Amino acid sequence: MRIGIVCPYSWDVPGGVQFHIRDLAEYFIRLGHEVSVLAPADDDTPLPPYVVSAGRAVPVPYNGSVARLNFGFLSAARVRRWLHDGAFDVVHIHEPTSPSLGLLTCWAAQGPIVATFHTSNPRSRAMIAAYSILQAALEKISARIAVSEYARRTLVEHLGGDAVVIPNGVDVGFFARAEPNPEWQGDTIGFIGRIDEPRKGLPVLMKALPKILAARPQTRLLVAGRGDEKEAVETLPAELRSRVEFLGMVSDEDKARFLRSVDLYVAPNTGGESFGIILVEALSAGAPVLASDLDAFAQVLDQGAAGELFTNEDADALAEAAVRLLADPARRGELSERGSMHVRRFDWSTVGADILSVYETVTTGTAAVAADERPGLRARFGLARD
Amino acid sequence: MRAVTATLIWILVALVAIGLYLSWTAGRLDRLHSRIDAARAALDAQLLRRASVAQELATSGVLDPAASIVLYEAAHAARQAEEEQREVAESELSQALRAVFAEAQQVEAVREAPGGEAAARELTEAVRRVPMARRFHNDAVGAARRLREHRKVRWFHLAGHAPFPLAFEMDDEPPTALVDRAA
Repeated sequence: MRIGIVCPYSWDVPGGVQFHIRDLAEYFIRLGHEVSVLAPADDDTPLPPYVVSAGRAVPVPYNGSVARLNFGFLSAARVRRWLHDGAFDVVHIHEPTSPSLGLLTCWAAQGPIVATFHTSNPRSRAMIAAYSILQAALEKISARIAVSEYARRTLVEHLGGDAVVIPNGVDVGFFARAEPNPEWQGDTIGFIGRIDEPRKGLPVLMKALPKILAARPQTRLLVAGRGDEKEAVETLPAELRSRVEFLGMVSDEDKARFLRSVDLYVAPNTGGESFGIILVEALSAGAPVLASDLDAFAQVLDQGAAGELFTNEDADALAEAAVRLLADPARRGELSERGSMHVRRFDWSTVGADILSVYETVTTGTAAVAADERPGLRARFGLARD
Repeated sequence: MRAVTATLIWILVALVAIGLYLSWTAGRLDRLHSRIDAARAALDAQLLRRASVAQELATSGVLDPAASIVLYEAAHAARQAEEEQREVAESELSQALRAVFAEAQQVEAVREAPGGEAAARELTEAVRRVPMARRFHNDAVGAARRLREHRKVRWFHLAGHAPFPLAFEMDDEPPTALVDRAA
């Protein structure tokens, strides 16, 4: 099958959507499909052979942070050329509502279009204003995929229509096989995420830490992620600061080893999560997980069966649960085992097959994707001769 | 005199603009209708596939006689159903499949039979794809209905003679033993 995938965000910037697309493309290529990914990228970045650059993305403030997006005449022309040259059986657009390549492709293509909705942002004012334009473009999508039941619900409420739920994929084996690092073992709590992004919840964990250390002084908190380390420990009493270790940005291999090693993985995110891929990775590595009870997290953790949940933003609840779990190796073993069972449904072998099912469902009985040639006026009035 | 000409020109411009807008909307509606046709064809294909695999399994002799009869009856009825009874017949096939494949052991038994692995995989795929195809179809139907209920479409009869699209409602809950791949 000839598959075209559209990535709305810059390929040079690491991010969940980009990784998802990379893994998906490589999975399909391994199965023998022809895949082309259209993504914004600087002209001088080295790209894998299956990625086609759509030109440089422009940093624009959007959805609360600065997003690098593609729009305008040149990008639209590149999208058209890519569609024309690719002659795809199906085009898979990610994040079609972000004003970037996804929307442009929707606008320019006809034929079987599949779209994955990753985020579940509340309807913005701009979206209401652009609603009728957006609606006309979104109507072309033959199949919608939401990454979680939560994302599906927001999609249904804001845009109408329906979607199938297919979670994001993870290479479970990669995490399960990683070698634990003894330095990171023994009463360790792990946290992975941007330090200076409050939504990732490190401040909540820092608030809970004195209580955890009061009950179990030997505990260490290991933090992997970019950001200002000094600022992060500012709220902590000086004598406790040595119990926090910052590892900075870690490679994929180190991330897997990190998750294999820690005694407890804590995800204190306070919001803005539609899926929670990091939890799936932690479960794959067999780490016992303690997470805030966001809708998306509760779903990934099977409503608390595959990992414990605490009340969102409640540092005391977090401390209480963490102390209890650290003192109870049997419970941690049980969580780890249940997590490993539960996580198999997020493996690429399952997720990829489901996405392929969607492609095959929408391509049954339709022509391939083509650039949407807008009919000329003559054709509209039935005057065209051909 | 000049004022009259200017007014006439403006009216003309407005009429042309309205005409273009209506023509664009008609194009949108046309695209939606062809999307529904494609989605309906895909749904038919998936339903037919499911019924065929079920019938094949029923006549294969792998299942016990009672289960075979139940499954055969339901699959046969689903394939032969008239358009009006289709939703009911397909729902009954879903129920029969759920009853027959309620236990994981039954699925195992099918897998162990010669050629059973392929049949079980095909059935798993089919019961997974029917809900997908149905959701995509009903999503297209919903989009078309929303547009068709709009004043501009009703007043100017932009939908032409195309029948009002209907959703396909059925029970498509798959048997747990087949889809619970986590176990």
